[in-house]
Amino acid sequence: MTDRRRFLLGAAAAGASALGAACGWDGGPAVAPKLRAWSGVNDWLSGLLLSRSRLARQYPEARRTAERDFPAYYVSDAVPMLRDPAAWQLRVGGLVRKPVTLSLDRITAMPRLSYTVKHHCVEGWTAIATWAGVPFGAIAGLVEPLAAARYVDFRSFDDGYSNGWDIASAMHPQTMLAYAYNDRPLMPDHGAPLRLYSPTKLGYKNTKYLVEVQFTDERPGGYWEDRGYPWFGGL
Amino acid sequence: MTDPSQAPPPDPAELPTVQAPPAEQPPPLEAPPVEEPAAAGEAQPLEAPAPAPAVAAVAEPEPEPEPAPVPVRPPPVRRHHWIVRLTHWVNTVVLVGMMASGLQIYNAYARFGIRGTRLPLPNPLDMHAVPRWARLGGWLAGGLNWHFFLMWPLVLNGLLYLGYLVFSGEWRSLAFRPRDVGPAIEMQKYYLHLRREHPPQGKHNALQKGAYTFIVLLGILSVLTGLSLWKPVQLWWLTGLFGGYELARYWHFVAVWLFVAFIVVHVVLVFVVDIASLPAMITGWYRGRFPSHD
Repeated sequence: MTDRRRFLLGAAAAGASALGAACGWDGGPAVAPKLRAWSGVNDWLSGLLLSRSRLARQYPEARRTAERDFPAYYVSDAVPMLRDPAAWQLRVGGLVRKPVTLSLDRITAMPRLSYTVKHHCVEGWTAIATWAGVPFGAIAGLVEPLAAARYVDFRSFDDGYSNGWDIASAMHPQTMLAYAYNDRPLMPDHGAPLRLYSPTKLGYKNTKYLVEVQFTDERPGGYWEDRGYPWFGGL
Repeated sequence: MTDPSQAPPPDPAELPTVQAPPAEQPPPLEAPPVEEPAAAGEAQPLEAPAPAPAVAAVAEPEPEPEPAPVPVRPPPVRRHHWIVRLTHWVNTVVLVGMMASGLQIYNAYARFGIRGTRLPLPNPLDMHAVPRWARLGGWLAGGLNWHFFLMWPLVLNGLLYLGYLVFSGEWRSLAFRPRDVGPAIEMQKYYLHLRREHPPQGKHNALQKGAYTFIVLLGILSVLTGLSLWKPVQLWWLTGLFGGYELARYWHFVAVWLFVAFIVVHVVLVFVVDIASLPAMITGWYRGRFPSHD
């Protein structure tokens, strides 16, 4: 073996081991924040790609995923439950002309939207389910957002879980505040009594256990978004 | 040094036998270098099988030896345009990062198929975690952020390379076309010692064309399946083309193993058959035993 050959083999081995040592690595305090900042470029492109008229595909109910196979996540230690479900109300306000507080009865009496769609989790799994609720556009029609309202902040009673949305995604015709899952009232693990749902967003963008909707001119963060997940999360 | 323009074209069939005498490294300015008219693509590790010790002829610098006996060692040739060298090494780094961050993402749900089902396709890593050394990002969000950053240089670098191939006309010497099927079979026969003479060829033999065309198509497949997974609703037609989200995710994953297999063969051939192709991909100058067959 010649010197040069030995050198090249050594260099290759050193490179491979350096790479190995680097792996499982998030970039460290110097790189990871830059990668997250770059995520804003992808959010911008995602916003451009979002078409108001492009609807997520709907499936026959026979294609639904068995309920036991559809995982349900929350960030509290136990399933978030209301002590007094009858007292629950949704506050809708912020940059709007007519802030309102809505009871569940009032919400279920509003126009109803229902679809059977595929749920995409950021982890890579998918599941099909039927959701029913009020189109978010109907809620917006009720409160009349001001022109300055470019974002919507969805807040929950799940240990501070929330999500910030751009107004275009929120006003997409398939975005709803859902109160039913597979033809039955929403179960506690799926976000009872009311959750945000859209088949054009990754699962973590769809706030469960809603209590408040705020229209705003400053981009709100969110539980997972603030911890490094992409903010837009659009499909 | 012989004038390169008059140097006899090397007979590929004889190449493995002519290497015994150690030759000096020709100083680059001593002999006017030969410009290869089409100077892109990869090194040529697939060309002719040769005993490994012959590499020593390339690697041993000797002070002022006598000129090598017959036949004369081929003069250095200009093999790779700077765009090809740049994009090759950028791709090396970015592709490794894409695969490692992709494996980090795979770990979050190590199965293919909609919840409650499993695609009836082979997956040795079904419900198995990818080892930490093979992952980049540390956790799912870290992997996603690496992946969604590196996709930009991956695509831009790939477009620069493909743009170069198109505008330089170099694609002609790399693209595997139907007429290359016959020569590819002949080339394979030669490697299997079923045929004595090295088949005639251009800059690359038909098997090389096949390998380099395959890897470009694999890159395109990876990018398109990746886009179909990123935006399965907006780009529903693309996701549908790959058989839906779950299958697109599977093809995206299969591409990783095909890349790994290609890289292993590619690197082994460089080190075992033609180590001179490695400096050629760095400097652009090829000083090895297998100059162009043009």
